[in-house]
Amino acid sequence: MKPYAVIGAFFVVGLILPLVTVIGATLLSPRKPNPIKGDIYECGLKTVGETWVQFKIQYYIYALIFVIFDIEVVFLYPWAVAYNRLELFALVEMLIFAGILLAGLLYAWRKGALSWV
Amino acid sequence: MTAEQFVFVVAALITLGSAVGMVTSRSVFVGALWMIAVFGGVAALFILVGAGFLGIVQILIYIGAIAVLILFAIMLTPRVMGDPNAPRYNRQWPLVAVMTTGLAAVLTVLVLRTDWPLAQEGTPVITGFAVELGKGFMTTYILPFEVASVLLLVALIGAIVIAREE
Repeated sequence: MKPYAVIGAFFVVGLILPLVTVIGATLLSPRKPNPIKGDIYECGLKTVGETWVQFKIQYYIYALIFVIFDIEVVFLYPWAVAYNRLELFALVEMLIFAGILLAGLLYAWRKGALSWV
Repeated sequence: MTAEQFVFVVAALITLGSAVGMVTSRSVFVGALWMIAVFGGVAALFILVGAGFLGIVQILIYIGAIAVLILFAIMLTPRVMGDPNAPRYNRQWPLVAVMTTGLAAVLTVLVLRTDWPLAQEGTPVITGFAVELGKGFMTTYILPFEVASVLLLVALIGAIVIAREE
């Protein structure tokens, strides 16, 4: 349990820091609201139409590709942790593993799945 | 109450409370956000029982990727996004109620009938699970490891083929 005390302390500090920022800003900031200040905007622009709209289906492919490479990271992680206790052969294995997925990335690239829509 | 028990109670309350929030929220989108909190609580429970690597994977995959996928799926569905106050029940709800009650009953019986042994003094604790896993991947389980890569490749190409055909 001991090593996790550090994580617990980190967690507590991580909770306190944003709270201090938010509460501090609430206490210190002057409050003079007017309709223009209270207006809804996104990226500095006024929003157009409803907020709850259907987004483009093409975005889904980014999420899917992200999930696949996220899982690849999970496979890479144990390999990286055990790296200095493994033979050179392990590096070749990992290169094969990453190489197969690199082929997938190239395929996605060629198909234009990575281009912004 | 020891520190471990305190952390367990907090993590369990967060998990259960968020699960209740998930199934009772009116909007599917808000429900998905509650689900992320459930994933976080489960990750804390994993870490608490000594499965640190699983806890990290839970955060990385479920919070990092699966939750994003689900939020995307909701945001891309016109009926859900078009009407945030859409009805919460459809006509299949009695069937679902029967099934979930049955599942809950089975799980309750199983939990009550299972003998939960406590770890004895001197029980070997798995340390450096990720290191052992990494060694296993590179020696004994090399074929499943490489096959996983092919599986991910198939999933990637399949996703592109399905999504690009409009």
